[in-house]
Amino acid sequence: MTAVTAGRSPRNVVDLVFRARELSIVVALAALVAVTAGVNGNFLSEQGLKDIFLNASILVLLAVGQSVVVITRNIDLSVGSVVGLVAFTVGDFLAADHSRGIVFAVVLGVALGALCGLVNGLLVSFGRVPALVVTLGTLYVIQGVDHYIAHGRQINAVDLPPALLSLGNGSVLGIPYLPLIAVVVMFAVGYYLRSYASGRDFYAIGSSPEAASLAGVSVRRRVMAAYLFSGALAGLAGVLWLSRFGTVVADAANGWELQVVSAVVVGGVAITGGVGTVYGAALGALLLTTITSALVVLKVSPFWQQAITGALLLLAISVDRLLALRVARVLRRRNSRHGS
Amino acid sequence: MAPDVKTAQPAGGVAALPPAGAAERGSFGRFLRWDTLVGLLLVLVFIGGSASSPGFASIDNLSFALGDLGEIALIALAMTMLVVAAEVDLSVASVLGLSSALVGALWDAGWAIETIIPLVVVIGAACGLVNGLLVTRLGLPSLAVTIGTLALYRGLAYVVLGDRAIAEFPQQYTSLAVDDIPGTPIPYPVALFILLAIITAVVLHATGFGRSLFAIGAQEEAALFAGIRVKRVKLILFVLSGTVAAFAGVVFTLRYGSARADNGMGLELAVIAAVLLGGVDFDGGRGTLGGVIAGVLLIGLLRNLLMLNDVSTEIQSIVTGLLLIISVITPRLVAVIGQRRRRPSPVPSPAPPAS
Repeated sequence: MTAVTAGRSPRNVVDLVFRARELSIVVALAALVAVTAGVNGNFLSEQGLKDIFLNASILVLLAVGQSVVVITRNIDLSVGSVVGLVAFTVGDFLAADHSRGIVFAVVLGVALGALCGLVNGLLVSFGRVPALVVTLGTLYVIQGVDHYIAHGRQINAVDLPPALLSLGNGSVLGIPYLPLIAVVVMFAVGYYLRSYASGRDFYAIGSSPEAASLAGVSVRRRVMAAYLFSGALAGLAGVLWLSRFGTVVADAANGWELQVVSAVVVGGVAITGGVGTVYGAALGALLLTTITSALVVLKVSPFWQQAITGALLLLAISVDRLLALRVARVLRRRNSRHGS
Repeated sequence: MAPDVKTAQPAGGVAALPPAGAAERGSFGRFLRWDTLVGLLLVLVFIGGSASSPGFASIDNLSFALGDLGEIALIALAMTMLVVAAEVDLSVASVLGLSSALVGALWDAGWAIETIIPLVVVIGAACGLVNGLLVTRLGLPSLAVTIGTLALYRGLAYVVLGDRAIAEFPQQYTSLAVDDIPGTPIPYPVALFILLAIITAVVLHATGFGRSLFAIGAQEEAALFAGIRVKRVKLILFVLSGTVAAFAGVVFTLRYGSARADNGMGLELAVIAAVLLGGVDFDGGRGTLGGVIAGVLLIGLLRNLLMLNDVSTEIQSIVTGLLLIISVITPRLVAVIGQRRRRPSPVPSPAPPAS
């Protein structure tokens, strides 16, 4: 008798634990919201909720792109710089001529982001060098290029076409555009990763690049695609950043890579690759944003924010590790009991 | 030539073997050892600099350039040992910031510098201990752990000092961080660096402890079976890294005469750039301290040269980033060329982010 025919198969146990992982973020989120709303009722006002979702959507987009990269056992630290570069360049482009269309702006932003992703992808997948080092390098190169282009200038909301600004602050049927875009992208990517063979390749690569390669997965192409995608989403996020804030200086999203990686890891995507979902990553992004808002409402000094983010990240990876060890122990015991 | 082999380790997380077929094995590669190349590049930059920029080769300027490198150079010593053992500490600049904030806050509260310095260094060691315990006891990847503590320690720095800047340190202390040793053009921190570099070089290249770092970096499981106490060695390295970073924070604070929570932000990049530029393999197991010192000097001289020529800081950041990328790409390219000359290249696989 094999373990699979037992009442709760090992697969179910693993599933349960990881579903519990996403569930635990939801519980943490609910507890945080309940406590904060208890202290200050305004937290759950329509405007308060809208602000949280608006602020979260850009981070969610970046987290979705980052999780695809992290699932392949790589990392993209350059996303913050890409957002900054795209926000400024597209802003500059639109400010120069108001008749330029918003669709064209989005296409330009996504293309620019994808170009940055292409560079990262080429260096990582064909240069065979550690992703951390490459993207740390491109982080500084892209940031430098951004500063060079900006040259101390600033893009102001009055210089931008109203159509773009209404993308950032407008809504359809009462739902703001930004969260709508983020949710659509999240479900599309989640569905692709889960339901397509090429989507599952990303997990295979992250679990074991050698095994994936031996199984006929074109590792280079998939890693390349992951970076291209992460870059393109960072480009989209840059355009949305511009539409949301209107005012942009060169170091717009400086330091955001840390937020994004934190969101992904808190959301249960293992930094060692092969494990996690974009839904978890998006929930992680929502949790981080909500904490920031809650700190303001609870009148905690904003200086605590970074320390809390770091502590949360450490907690998340520690819990993940302990859970993984537990799952491994459960599976071992089950297998030995069934003699397989 | 074996392809990359990643083994899930029962004890210490996931370790990656360096791809075999190192540059120095091919006849072509033997000629082109990366750390020798960096040394050569350093000489070229020096000659080119003194020819193109008057004042570059003056003792005063070189002494200033060296002093300006102080913290990066100090932290790079500990980072070299960590990377050789296939680990990394991204939290060093945050420990530097936390230590700077503590120096400022305690001085503001009326403590004596003589009490503050040892206390701050002990706190830095504790920061390193936390990193080390999370990596060795829980088996977490050091990359993830130190991205977390990067935020945590920097956050604590802000909690300690907020966005205040404490700047009223008496001359007698600040001059310790900028003055030259009487009769020489060598600033005190540089003298300290030279002393520590000699000690590190001896430990890394001439003792059993140093050899065990290379063994752990090359293949952790084999090192474990060879009787090396891998966890303890790694714990020591992380504690050392935190200690040195905190001390660098004291030097930084006194040198600029200003304690701020955001001091040294992003410095970890310069340190890692210097270490990798010096030919240390990011996957562990390979590298020399001589190469790292050449890497530190190269980055320092280039920055100084760009500064003398009024090149903006953004170009400097582009140059650092490019150097970092080139320093990881080139050795692999040399290795690939070496491989191609002897046999068809094996199926490639992406490198892991880190372990």
